[in-house]
Amino acid sequence: MRLFIHQLRTEQLLFWRNREAAFFTFFLPVIFFLIFGSVYGNTLISSEHIKGSYFLEAGMIGYGVASTCFAGLGITLVVRRELGILKRVRTTPLAPITYLSAVLGSIFIVFLLEAALIILIGRILFGVPFPSQALSVLVVLLIGAVCFAAMGLGISGFVRSAEGSSAAINAVYLPMAIISGTFFTPKGYPTFLKVIADALPLTHYTKVTRDVMVHGEHIWTDWKQLLVVLAWGIAGMLAALKLFRWQPREA
Amino acid sequence: MTVAISVRDLRKSYGDFEAVKGIDFEIEAGQVFGLLGPNGAGKTTTVEILEGYRDRTSGDVSVLGEDPQRAGRAWRSRIGVVLQSSSLYPNLTPRESLRVFAGYYENPRPVDEVIEIIGLTEKADARARTLSGGQKRRLDLGLALIGNPDMIFLDEPTTGFDPGARRAAWETIRNLRTLGTTILLTTHYLDEAEQLADQVAVLRGGVIVRAGSPAELTGGASETEIRYRQAGEEILERTTDPTRRLHELTSAALERGEVLDGIEVRRPTLEEVYLELTGSEAGAE
Ligand SMILES: Nc1ncnc2c1ncn2[C@@H]1O[C@H](COP(=O)(O)OP(=O)(O)O)[C@@H](O)[C@H]1O
Ligand SMILES: [Mg+2]
Repeated sequence: MRLFIHQLRTEQLLFWRNREAAFFTFFLPVIFFLIFGSVYGNTLISSEHIKGSYFLEAGMIGYGVASTCFAGLGITLVVRRELGILKRVRTTPLAPITYLSAVLGSIFIVFLLEAALIILIGRILFGVPFPSQALSVLVVLLIGAVCFAAMGLGISGFVRSAEGSSAAINAVYLPMAIISGTFFTPKGYPTFLKVIADALPLTHYTKVTRDVMVHGEHIWTDWKQLLVVLAWGIAGMLAALKLFRWQPREA
Repeated sequence: MTVAISVRDLRKSYGDFEAVKGIDFEIEAGQVFGLLGPNGAGKTTTVEILEGYRDRTSGDVSVLGEDPQRAGRAWRSRIGVVLQSSSLYPNLTPRESLRVFAGYYENPRPVDEVIEIIGLTEKADARARTLSGGQKRRLDLGLALIGNPDMIFLDEPTTGFDPGARRAAWETIRNLRTLGTTILLTTHYLDEAEQLADQVAVLRGGVIVRAGSPAELTGGASETEIRYRQAGEEILERTTDPTRRLHELTSAALERGEVLDGIEVRRPTLEEVYLELTGSEAGAE
């Protein structure tokens, strides 16, 4: 436990020290919320029957989970692996499981802070009330964090080079974030986009988040959506179990 | 004598390719052991097996009394490792990195002490990404030392250094030896093994082709060379009895009232022995 806390603090130091990564994964969803909230926060989104700011708040939390737990974690793991840092850690008495738990715990903290900041900004600037089902919201956030982190672990096994890791992972998650209806409602999509959107975990996760946060529903109401997210999380975990490596590619 | 490491008939295959083909050696506690060989000889494979990072195909290995393949955390805290390529968090300073790694051990060395040992006092608060190659390598060494290990593995610790940096690193390694740390060092530089190691094993193609102290390696080898110029002609002689031969040469020259221009007497260096052992077939396997 002492080692876990030590590593967790190390991970927090590492995360905030890396300004570029902190900007893209932590601040960008917040900044997008500010920008788009100002643009169409007061417009009614008729297909969803809610104001733009309500829609965006849940959307940006979905975007946030993808950018921190999926993309941020995935890139971090690839870079550390290729720099030989993961291998280096294995030569110390720190247990691999403790190390990985701290890496995951740290990114969960980052995402929860991000979600809290988004909810706070929504309340203060755009008049979005705090969610009525606070516990459900917390559970939704944690389920998202775990499932998208599992996918982040999984994708790190597919990416080969440290230099290409941001490009490769961004190429996956940015289109996903947009198609999944975090910024715009997917209800008016042409069929082919709808098919893609329906397969993506973020589409379903955003819907769950929105229903729980905006409509005050319980999580189990959207159990079908949750199953899709969970299935993707399990797929990510299986890929990670098969592909996760501690040593750099060339070694 | 306490044995820190013993290796018996160690073999390692990658698929069909046998990278280490049955090697034996022992390292006495407190000694510096040099594993010398060209690229691809199997040095890293051997060292990483001893570090418990890779599993062996067969053979017996004991490091500090335990089988590295099965050893646990207590054993890990007694070894320090410098991997062949630098492995640092780019955004942490040496002081921060050392603190982070110190946290992994029960009885770490004080961070300031390690910074001094590795000579990074001036760069202690600069991000690792801004350090030179040599400074990064010294930080790697610092991270290997921070846990106050009994045994240190250094895989090519000075490759790519300029001569000044290499000399500084050698000084650090000698200091560690005086602190009683057992050191296993791999290198493809002869002079490095000659300067640092008490015992050297020359590895080539997964086989130890020669082993002994640097003096034994050179001493057991060929003859002494005597070089001089006579009547404008360069002459090179080899002899097993240099004392007698020199006496003959110089007294003959004195009798004739000549000088032996550019006379030079030298024993083959480890380098020449090494080239003899490895050079002719470098890359052939
Ligand atoms: N993981 C691996 N898979 C396959 N072959 C490997 C692997 N690691 C090393 N080798 C091969 O084993 C041989 C010895 O490599 P290595 O131990 O790295 O030598 P050295 O450290 O002396 O340069 C080389 O031919 C190398 O290509
Ligand atoms: Mg090597």
